Amino acid sequence: MIKAEFMYVDGIPVVINGEKNMLQLIRKTGVKLPTFCYHTDLSIYGACRMCMVEDEKGNLYTACSTPPKNGMSIKTNTARLRKYRKNILELLLANHCRDCTTCVNNKACKLQDLAVRFNIDGVRFPNSSEERRVTNSNSCITFDSGKCILCGDCVRTCSEVQNVGAIDFAYRGSKMVISTAFGKPLSESPCVGCGQCAVACPTGAIMPRSDIKRVWDAIADEKVKTVVQVAPAVRVAMGNMEGVKEGANVDGKIFAALRKMGFDEVYDTSFSADITVIEESKEFLERLKEGKNLPIITSCCPGWVQYCEKKHPGLLKNVSTCRSPMQMFASVIKEEREEKGKKLFHVAIMPCTAKKFEAERKEFMKNGIPNVDAVITSEEFTHMLREAGIMLSDLDPEPVDAPYDRKSGAGVIFGVTGGVTEAVLRNVVEEKSRSAVTKISQIGVRGNEGIKEFEVGNDESVVKVAVVSGLMNAEKVLRRVENGEKFDIIEVMACPGGCVSGGGQPFVHAEVRQKRGGGLYEADRLLSIRHSEENPAVKACYDRLLRGREHQLLHVEY
Amino acid sequence: MPEPFDYSVVDAAIEKWGAKQSAIIAILQTIQEHYHYLPQEVFPRLSERLDMSEARIFSVATFYENFSLEKKGKYVIKFCDGTACHVRGSVPILERVRSELGVSENKKTTEDQLFTIETVSCLGACGLAPVMTVNDVVHPAMTPDKAMEVIYSLKVKEESK
Amino acid sequence: MIFNSREALVEARARFKNAYDHQTRKIIVCGGTGCVAGGSLEIYETLKSLMEKKGINVSVTLEEEPHGEDEVGLKKSGCHGFCEMGPLVRIEPQGWLYTKVKVEDCREILHTTVIDGEYIDRLGYSSQGTLYKKQEEIPFYRQQNRVVLEHCGRIDADSIEEYIAIGGYASLEKALFEMSGDQIIEEVKKSILRGRGGGGFPTGKKWEQVKRAKGDQKYVVCNGDEGDPGAFMDRSIMEGDPHRMLEGMIIAGVAVGATEGYIYVRAEYPLAVKRLQRAIEEAERYGILGDDILGSGKSFRIHIAKGAGAFVCGEGSALTASIEGKRGFPRVKPPRTTEHGLFDSPTVLNNVETFATVSQIIGKGADWYLSIGTAGSPGTKAFALTGNITNTGLIEVPMGTTLRKIIFDIGGGMRGDGEFKAVQIGGPSGACLTKEHLDLPLDFDNLKKIGAMIGSGGLVVMDSHTCMVEVARFFMHFTQNESCGKCVPCREGTKRMLEILERIVSGNGVEGDIELLEELSDTISNTALCGLGKSAPNPVVSTIKYFRDEYVAHIRERRCPAGQCQKLKRLYIDPLLCKGCSACSRKCPVNAISGKIKEPFHIDLEKCIRCGSCISTCKFGAVKEA
Repeated sequence: MIKAEFMYVDGIPVVINGEKNMLQLIRKTGVKLPTFCYHTDLSIYGACRMCMVEDEKGNLYTACSTPPKNGMSIKTNTARLRKYRKNILELLLANHCRDCTTCVNNKACKLQDLAVRFNIDGVRFPNSSEERRVTNSNSCITFDSGKCILCGDCVRTCSEVQNVGAIDFAYRGSKMVISTAFGKPLSESPCVGCGQCAVACPTGAIMPRSDIKRVWDAIADEKVKTVVQVAPAVRVAMGNMEGVKEGANVDGKIFAALRKMGFDEVYDTSFSADITVIEESKEFLERLKEGKNLPIITSCCPGWVQYCEKKHPGLLKNVSTCRSPMQMFASVIKEEREEKGKKLFHVAIMPCTAKKFEAERKEFMKNGIPNVDAVITSEEFTHMLREAGIMLSDLDPEPVDAPYDRKSGAGVIFGVTGGVTEAVLRNVVEEKSRSAVTKISQIGVRGNEGIKEFEVGNDESVVKVAVVSGLMNAEKVLRRVENGEKFDIIEVMACPGGCVSGGGQPFVHAEVRQKRGGGLYEADRLLSIRHSEENPAVKACYDRLLRGREHQLLHVEY
Repeated sequence: MPEPFDYSVVDAAIEKWGAKQSAIIAILQTIQEHYHYLPQEVFPRLSERLDMSEARIFSVATFYENFSLEKKGKYVIKFCDGTACHVRGSVPILERVRSELGVSENKKTTEDQLFTIETVSCLGACGLAPVMTVNDVVHPAMTPDKAMEVIYSLKVKEESK
Repeated sequence: MIFNSREALVEARARFKNAYDHQTRKIIVCGGTGCVAGGSLEIYETLKSLMEKKGINVSVTLEEEPHGEDEVGLKKSGCHGFCEMGPLVRIEPQGWLYTKVKVEDCREILHTTVIDGEYIDRLGYSSQGTLYKKQEEIPFYRQQNRVVLEHCGRIDADSIEEYIAIGGYASLEKALFEMSGDQIIEEVKKSILRGRGGGGFPTGKKWEQVKRAKGDQKYVVCNGDEGDPGAFMDRSIMEGDPHRMLEGMIIAGVAVGATEGYIYVRAEYPLAVKRLQRAIEEAERYGILGDDILGSGKSFRIHIAKGAGAFVCGEGSALTASIEGKRGFPRVKPPRTTEHGLFDSPTVLNNVETFATVSQIIGKGADWYLSIGTAGSPGTKAFALTGNITNTGLIEVPMGTTLRKIIFDIGGGMRGDGEFKAVQIGGPSGACLTKEHLDLPLDFDNLKKIGAMIGSGGLVVMDSHTCMVEVARFFMHFTQNESCGKCVPCREGTKRMLEILERIVSGNGVEGDIELLEELSDTISNTALCGLGKSAPNPVVSTIKYFRDEYVAHIRERRCPAGQCQKLKRLYIDPLLCKGCSACSRKCPVNAISGKIKEPFHIDLEKCIRCGSCISTCKFGAVKEA
């Protein structure tokens, strides 16, 4: 028998079970140590000094960076620690823009939360920080230096998780700032708009660009017809709304709420995701037949597309020519939902900040007008709900509008990493039974790993698939492709875990992300249609509009 | 059309120290030795060749005091403000020179691009305090008048050219 | 030529020594930064050409074959340490030291000293009526015990042959051929050598950790990033005796099984970089560095990494980050540098002085080293003596020497009319020591007890005209400017401390400021990420401890007791002395002085910027400070 190792935390023995640091161990005891710069997905930085703990001799340790030690005894809440934590918070607050009531991140801010927890009742230092910079320098992200606490979470996310490196620390000491090279606009940097920096940011310093006002204005304008589509991942991310469970699928309630808000027509992006599956399957089978431009790499994710354009232009030919589901739907809507005498205003509710950029791309315009007029994130959507006073939990679920009122389970799982691949595989395999669907789901396509690789096929042909999420993971696989390794399908989602943890989603920890993914798989299981090509509304749409115009309406070349 | 930037200095620096991220400081130093500052044009090239983001290179370049992103004057004059020099009155010298040349802590170089006035934490020449250097040549035991004399003689030399 | 065996080196040493001894007369011109700034290189060139013209058998390099009879060796050495008196020229075999030598003096040196062998009185050093001919007799040198600095000022810093001739690289021989790695470490441990760079961590223990750590590649890194303002010991060693330091590094490499070494040198030390580069090339040329050193089968290479201007890079993990091409951010520990140091590999990190000491310990044995200094801190320590002291310079004394001896015997007491007030030890991380500490034996443990540290060894002497609040402000300004910005307490806390100190010295301090400084000091010193941050408040803490009344006077009475703080100076015109000539009013740059001709003038204190130009203008001494 192996003798268990343990540590005393506030006098109570706690078994050490492979925890990498004391912080993880302490969390097990029900104590929530304060921290700004510790993230399980990022390297240890150890700079905020909030998570310090004290041993019996009065030595202090940062819990985030110290491995648990057998027999050691520490306290997490002593008079000294409270004093130091308060001092550190006061120092941070002194330079911080403290207009909490008018901050977009009000009540979602870690600094505010800790200031409340530690009862900071005054700041003895004047705000003497350098001039405040508020930049709105690309379509997706805004940065406010007055709210930045220099924890570096965004910098590490951008380079370690996303391998983008658009921002970094610049200068040093009290002059230190977060900046692009030479402070250029983000739009001139390698930024792909994924918004993971905003997710990591503990304050309101990095926020997605807000388009709420434009949407309200359009709804209020009687001469405007507002049509909205809602992406799959949004429906499982409403856990921060009162009465809604984390990861619960509340699609029907969302549709009801959108009508209440005043949208004229309400649709579900899962519908066009089914079209994407059909188109992408066709494209894949053609390429496989011709042995050309393999592997095919998915194109739904605008963050990934920009990454490919900026860092691997040589692989653009491998990227599927399919437009993203949002853009496919937008083409259809702009073709079919025009109403005489009214201006059509199309809104997409997305889990994603990069979609704001995608909506503005010249490839997706008709007569100079974007097919998607405004993209709002799930986060912005929850703000609009609150503004309107709509209690999501109290609403009765409603269906979406005809004629795009059917969806398959395949179209729903787009919101989670592996979902696109799974949907396409359902489409391309010959057997269409429920057990075949189950079999595909167990092939290795599901799960939260950043890189999933597996093979499918029979004795005659084997297809090698890689499913990656997080751009650093994508980079690793792409390098292998560039080195000649053979793959047939690669699914890339820029955000770790896929759209459920997109840059536009309300921030949650890793466990909740899994719940969101689970919510989508559950929705898929409950649907009667599991295969995209079986969606009757999609079939009708092909008959009515798409057949023969696929290239013009559904495809694109970057 | 602006002249295309000549990358030979950058490439030679990379050649000398190796195309690896750990060499970035040495490479930047070599580039700065040539241009006396780091021209913005070198960043994309370095980024590509070292597989290092421009933001990261900018981050390194702005961390270290010795790197300059702005063109420097022909004569770079550094005033030591180490303890020994400070105790023996380096501040009045610096103030006098700055006011006579019309430069400041933020605007370090004179309009005519002749002089750049910088401070440095310690030159290790404490026995000669207060000390200033002109293009790395040490001038010992300075006073405000002596410092201005040195600068004035450089000015005269330039004007007579 | 490559020495491919121990014997080859031993034989060469004999030849070099023969040539060295053959130079019966030697003229050693100081080539340290200080003397070079005073024109020593011109003196060197002038002496050379004068001697050549005169047909004197002068040789500037040490060659294996002596040239002819009556050879005069002309050498450029490293820093002699007595920078105050530079440029310095030493004459051997007499051991005379000429001070403040000028180019114009060269002819006389040639005729009187070189040719006639006579001493030139006016170039000698005299103090209080006594002329000291020999360098060793000068009080500044007499009281020192030069171990690490032994060769500085004595040998040609650019000549590996000369270093070998006087016994250099013999310790390396011993380490390579007579000792195992463990034995070397044992010897260093036995010597109780403690790191000379600040914390005083036992060197042998550190090496042992690296030796035991797992890793295919291990590194030896020399910290030559001597950033403390007011310290230049390491610079002098790198410039004056570079091979001694290289020898120590190679021994460390042999002991722990490292094959790569880095020297991180401040970019502000161009001469040190040049000398080190040359020393490395020379050592490679002879096979003392590189593969299969002296045929031992062991390899070691040394690279130079030039700093780029960041004080924080003196901190171990920031230094290794900098060598790796990153921002000089320190990282959280554990893991320790000895396990995960440079390129994440086990790394020996010591400073210049420590490595220079190691070669001596291996050569002469731990027992010899233990005979110097105190029980807990054996050996000597080099200090840079600066500030308001008569003899500014570089000194080396046994550990345990009192401050009194250093300041009054070696340093020659105070410069000017001021009275001794305090000495700042250890630079911006250090603390001030006062009159009550004059008889405290200086060593690691005694200083720690009173909340100070040796640091890298800067000693800045301050007299009664120095304001201690201003001293604290100066150091805080330095630390704040050099803070890397990574952790909150140091980045934000030092900024706030500086703001408070600035308002105190400019007469805007408020009640509670001292307490707020103390509170911030407590937080920063306990929570900052790295050693530099943790020690940043030290100058403030110690000046408050010993000179609290000065702080109080600034805050409550708006008065600077030392009379140093410009903004607290109040100028007034004594109406009894003023003749009403208006000279001061015409000179005033801000038109703060007004009055009627032939009547007493008046200074408007609201406008006055305390520049003092009125004081120097007034012929009647009517403008006074209050």
